[in-house]
Amino acid sequence: MSNIKYLLAGAFFGIVLVKAEVVSWFRIQEMFQLTSFHMYGVIFTAILTAMLSLQVIKRAGIKTILGAPISVAPKTFNKGQLFGGLLFGLGWAITGACPGPLFALIGNGFTVVIVTLFSAIAGTWVYGAVKNRLPH
Amino acid sequence: MELLTQPWHWAVSGFLIGLVVPLLLLLGNKAFGISSSLRHICAACLPANLSFFKYDWRKESWNLFFVGGILLGGFIAGHWLRDPHAVEIAAATRERLAGYGIYDHSRLLPPEIFSWSQLLTWKGLIFFVIGGFLVGFGTRYAGGCTSGHAIMGIANLQWPSMVATACFMAGGFFCTHVILPWVFGLVS
Repeated sequence: MSNIKYLLAGAFFGIVLVKAEVVSWFRIQEMFQLTSFHMYGVIFTAILTAMLSLQVIKRAGIKTILGAPISVAPKTFNKGQLFGGLLFGLGWAITGACPGPLFALIGNGFTVVIVTLFSAIAGTWVYGAVKNRLPH
Repeated sequence: MELLTQPWHWAVSGFLIGLVVPLLLLLGNKAFGISSSLRHICAACLPANLSFFKYDWRKESWNLFFVGGILLGGFIAGHWLRDPHAVEIAAATRERLAGYGIYDHSRLLPPEIFSWSQLLTWKGLIFFVIGGFLVGFGTRYAGGCTSGHAIMGIANLQWPSMVATACFMAGGFFCTHVILPWVFGLVS
């Protein structure tokens, strides 16, 4: 039952993704063709909001609603961020979607995106199978 | 109500998306990130004895509820907050897409590509099957996607996330300017 709050948080995020039109293939094309500021504006504002919130949470020592301490694990560098990042970039421009929008689009009624989601799950699975043979 | 049904301004949208980061931390010290859900689905449904999928995915099930919520949010936005107008696209992009045979902007995705009738064509293979595969493989290889790296990681001042995001963009620019013109020449 405690997971219901994450379902609600996801619903909020899903609504924003659609209303911001960042789930639109057209908006992603505009972003990479540099013909519109829209996507850049959304991403920069989101990063700025998250950055300021994180600073407030850290400096004020704010705890979770259940009183547990909040900590964010640091990310370590490996070459996967280069190679994987480039591969995801290709897929992002083709499908016009990152993982979040895939779910939002399916909910929005674009049922064919289920195929894209299954392919993305298959891609994740294949990565797990060949991980040890890839440069990291 | 019209405020809700019209497309939202980028500043409003960006602010609300950014708020998801503190929201998840306050709800239960959870780090914003969506591509992990694909890994949890693999671990839950087809672990196949691979060490990458041998972990207790149930401990991460909050993430599956979160993406379930995104699905629900997409439904709510599509049924009760739907914008009746076409997606407004920059003129230059509209012209370029017309050159690719894409004219219909009435919905969020072009029906000329994203419809079931295209599934068993070269378009379907490239745009949903290969494209989706690259999204899943690439995000996991990179250790995150636009939410985990570009928003959460950069907001937390993590330089590996800056590198990942720069690569997301580089891959996207290369695909849009080099691969897609070639692909559209092939399929249309």
